[in-house]
Amino acid sequence: MTAPGGIGPAVKPAVKPFPNPVRTDFDRIRTEGRVYVNIGPSHPATHGTVQIIAELDGERVVRTDVHPGYLHRGFEKECESHTWHNLIPYVDRLNYVSALINDFAYCEAVEKLMGVEITPRCRYLRTLLSEYSRIIDHITCIAAGVMEIGAMTAFLYLMTIRDYMYEHLANLTGARVTYSYGRIGGLAADLPEGWLARLEELLVQQEEFVGRVHGLMDRNRIFIDRMRDVGVISTADAINWGFTGPILRSTGAARDLRKDTPYLAYADLDFDVPVGIKGDNYDRYYVRMREIDESVYMIRQCVDALPGGPINVDDRRCVLPPKSLVYTEIESLINHFKLIMDGPEVPVGDVYSAHEASNGELGFYLVSTGKGIPHKVHVRSPSFVHIGGVHLMLDGGQLADIIPTFGSVNMIGGECDR
Amino acid sequence: MADSVFDLVQAQLAPSIGQASVAHGVLVLELPAAELAGVVGRLKAEFRFDMFLDVTAVDWPGQDPRFEVVYHFYSTQHHVRVRLKTRVAEADPTVDTLVPLYGSARYMERECHEMYGIVFRGNADLRPALLYEGFVGHPLRKDYPKLQEQPLVEYRK
Repeated sequence: MTAPGGIGPAVKPAVKPFPNPVRTDFDRIRTEGRVYVNIGPSHPATHGTVQIIAELDGERVVRTDVHPGYLHRGFEKECESHTWHNLIPYVDRLNYVSALINDFAYCEAVEKLMGVEITPRCRYLRTLLSEYSRIIDHITCIAAGVMEIGAMTAFLYLMTIRDYMYEHLANLTGARVTYSYGRIGGLAADLPEGWLARLEELLVQQEEFVGRVHGLMDRNRIFIDRMRDVGVISTADAINWGFTGPILRSTGAARDLRKDTPYLAYADLDFDVPVGIKGDNYDRYYVRMREIDESVYMIRQCVDALPGGPINVDDRRCVLPPKSLVYTEIESLINHFKLIMDGPEVPVGDVYSAHEASNGELGFYLVSTGKGIPHKVHVRSPSFVHIGGVHLMLDGGQLADIIPTFGSVNMIGGECDR
Repeated sequence: MADSVFDLVQAQLAPSIGQASVAHGVLVLELPAAELAGVVGRLKAEFRFDMFLDVTAVDWPGQDPRFEVVYHFYSTQHHVRVRLKTRVAEADPTVDTLVPLYGSARYMERECHEMYGIVFRGNADLRPALLYEGFVGHPLRKDYPKLQEQPLVEYRK
């Protein structure tokens, strides 16, 4: 477009400034001499898309106001207009680093409402895959966390092994990150040929890589100076502010849903709950590293004890009939059609079911009115609760400490913002 | 273990709670909104329900009172959960805040407030958490259309 009577583009009309999407808590009280800075929402050093507004006294952080929500996509609203089965790809995208744990936690909640008891093989496979996902999640968290304070080698070691694991899971599920592998009443498919053999190879390789990271980080002076006594939280505060998972355990409280309220096959497995001593960044790093070891131990127990038999329950209310029947008899064809079009009919009621996800308690609160579509799906996501209390760890520290502390909290935008 | 805690809670709280039942391993108490803060205080002090897990609401359009506010608590000592439900009317969707009892309530009440319009009396910080300043309406209410858009920045023509 050319300006009338001249050459070149027309002068653009003045753009109205965009309204600020957040109102900081500091607008009410401001102190003379303090500096107020925005960190994020899109900053290369923040661990996810989140905005931290900090009040600074020199380099010291006086107060912080943390704003999530930049990844909010109306997950819970969207869930109210799809069938129970169709939600599985959505729940995958909550914690997209360990998507399988979300799948299984959601499926178990629906199964509780329906009164479905999954088969022994499915129970063990879900346990095995949950622990496998936990390894991947912890590896990702540690890799990103140490990378943010400059440890590039450790990052590359961990990312290498993570990618082998992603490829291995792609061999099972067909996708690298968001698997949609859980099904109400079972799993999408059984293990392919040779999957367990490759799993053992990878576990051995993983132990070697994680061992190298131990060697690089554990007694590294720079690492200890950045992590020890930084971002400290006490057990009482952690419980009061709803912290669960590795953060709560780093304070010394051996609280783990896998032990406390055993689900899946955890009651049959032997494992320890690693805890920290101080609740600082170093403890959170070390708790995660130790949990990786425990997960490997659990996976090996699952492989040894893996029962045979079907992976899906024989219940036509939720599990699709085999294709051979769908194509040959009318009842199965209609059954398949109704399950896809109307969704599985879940009895009236509500349920809260929680799994120990890699970040803490991942709970699903489902309300059914007896239809194929949920009345309400609510997610109690660990990251959201942690973001509500993360200022306890940031306030009083150094500006530069925000990065490793926030990294050790491992906020996952997908499950925090929903 | 769980059953004995549940029995104890039911026996001790019986006068102040309406209905109590155990559903899927969780003790469910239904009580009037006015009783809420008192019952939660006793749950925390006497029965060690020290972790505030979650608060959300369920919208039942056409029913009166329309909203059901649902709380979940966990005891890190007994390893059991309890669910509290209270009904509030659309005209005055107000319940007492639990911030004095649990730090984590502050943030989760913010979310419930923006999504359902439930007012938590006494919570000084009910700014939007996941939505933005100036968002009109409460998106998880059933009468909020799923496809409604409120862009902060106008779409490019």
